[in-house]
Amino acid sequence: MDFKKAPIIIFASVLFTVTGLQAQTRHKAKAPVKHTTVGLKASIAAGQKVFAQYCVSCHQADALGVPHMNPPLVKTTYVLGDKTKLIKIVLNGFNEDVEINGETYSNSMASHDFLKDQEIADVLTFVRNSFGNKASAITAAQVKAVRATNKKS
Amino acid sequence: MKNRKLLSALLPVAAIAAFILFNACKSGGPANNGKDSLNTTTPTADGGAGLKLPAGFNAAVIADKLGGTREIAVTPQGDIYVKLNRAKNGKGILFLHQEGDKATVKTGFGTFGGTGVYVKNGYLYASSDEEVFRYKLNAQNEVISPDQPEKIVTGLLSRREHEAKAITLDNDGNLYVNIGAYSNACQVEDRKKGSPGQKGCPILDSAGGIWQFKADKLNQHYGDGVRYATGLRNVVGFDWNQQNNQLFVMQHGRDQLHDLFPDMFTTKQSAVLPAECMYALKKGDNAGWPYMYYDQEQHKKILMPEYGGDGKKEGGQDAIDPVAAFPGHLAPNGLLFYTGNQFPEKYKNGAFIAFHGSWNRAPEPQAGYFVVFQPFKDGKPSGEWEVFADGFAGTAAQTASGRAEHRPCGLAQGPDGSLYVTDDNQGTIYKITYKK
Ligand code: HEC
Repeated sequence: MDFKKAPIIIFASVLFTVTGLQAQTRHKAKAPVKHTTVGLKASIAAGQKVFAQYCVSCHQADALGVPHMNPPLVKTTYVLGDKTKLIKIVLNGFNEDVEINGETYSNSMASHDFLKDQEIADVLTFVRNSFGNKASAITAAQVKAVRATNKKS
Repeated sequence: MKNRKLLSALLPVAAIAAFILFNACKSGGPANNGKDSLNTTTPTADGGAGLKLPAGFNAAVIADKLGGTREIAVTPQGDIYVKLNRAKNGKGILFLHQEGDKATVKTGFGTFGGTGVYVKNGYLYASSDEEVFRYKLNAQNEVISPDQPEKIVTGLLSRREHEAKAITLDNDGNLYVNIGAYSNACQVEDRKKGSPGQKGCPILDSAGGIWQFKADKLNQHYGDGVRYATGLRNVVGFDWNQQNNQLFVMQHGRDQLHDLFPDMFTTKQSAVLPAECMYALKKGDNAGWPYMYYDQEQHKKILMPEYGGDGKKEGGQDAIDPVAAFPGHLAPNGLLFYTGNQFPEKYKNGAFIAFHGSWNRAPEPQAGYFVVFQPFKDGKPSGEWEVFADGFAGTAAQTASGRAEHRPCGLAQGPDGSLYVTDDNQGTIYKITYKK
């Protein structure tokens, strides 16, 4: 990537997040089920705290990761894709020789199965609605269901 | 109304940006020997390559956009071999010829990615993450058969983390290979909060140290080599000191003290601890990983928290002491003893260290991305280190965020005493020269 543009991208993505959230709030506020909006906002806010405590050191404050070591959490197929797979990454950790947006990463991500269902739901909801990402929320019930059938290999 | 809303939304963003900038500005370089403000002798003159260097020095970009340029070797003829972390168009080693302030790629060969490259006694040595090869050189130090390397070492462990196999040679026909530990602190579950450390860490049998092999024997495996030194988490920068005929290494210290032990370490402490240590090794030495780390502020070997430590209890009774200690997480990837005559006398036999730059200081601003000079006297560090070449990252904000433009990695000395620095982020090669 063009690192000269990185600060602009960071700034833009923060801006996007903030304004995006506002727009979303406004949009959702018109929706019939009002409590989901409040729920989403609360989940994102709680998720930000989990992120700051458990994810930021590797994935970094702008979620752009560290070249060749820790991948970005910005618009990757994992972040935006299948929820079960995403929840399993947090539960089991991730240690596979895969390409993430065309690059490989050598660090190991530990299992975070010690986090509560709600914390995992919050942090993933936060990630999926920040840094330029936009995807549906993940609920504690979904995490619970995945955890129940989760087999570590 | 709308504008006000936007403004209030922007305020925190602006505040964060200002905070990052502010922190970046006050942190010019990291703490040394207990001082917790950053450095020391700020480089003054501006080189032609956008680097900050001491007066009289100049830097030129002699090649760029080469790929992930890791370690570098310069031949007596002034030609350059540089290793790419991933082969580009099927070529993992580039051969460049210099003319004036430009170096042009002449050929590429070696299909493997990796880190190490070294020229000695008529051979070019180069490493992948599992093997070490050598290529016979002609009288001009050009590779004779680029498609027929000899395999010197094979079957080394590479398990993602700390996979780079840095190499160096001594004057007695020995090859030294770093085999990094595929772990942070040898926990049962690597980097998992609450997972205990493993007493009798099994990783140390086959990694977490420096192995010695014969430089001219083919197809050596672990069994043919000697575990020369153990208890080293990961080493990328190392060099043979010609003055006292001894191997010096720079260790990458452990990560995540705060993440894993938030009750013992603040984010601020975790950003500078533990030290990135320089060790002078003798055969059989143990540097103590994973049972201890070195705290450069207390000047003590501290028991690793995974093994019962609390940030104060001392540990590593059987481990050697470092000969120099640098702030945490700056990632020393290049070490070079300067033996040339071009630079002023104070640099002679001292050590240049290329710090790749941090990531594990987050949420504190990132740091590093510079080349440091550590003065030496009689084969030992003597006096305070100083930042020699800075400005690789770009702006202060780029340093703080870790979005560095260039990341110093490999070091080499040219036949005329010029210093070469690679950047593995954009594939730049810098040449630093001195004129009175
Ligand atoms: C020790 C560093 C580390 C920590 C802490 C960490 N990760 Fe990761 N994470 C990684 C690495 C390394 C990978 C890629 C591993 C691979 O390529 O096999 C990864 C991959 C991922 C992926 C899938 C790939 C992608 O980029 O989309 C997601 C999603 C993810 N991490 C989320 C998180 C979340 C959420 C947290 C906090 C709860 C977290 N990580 C904590 C290092 C870390």
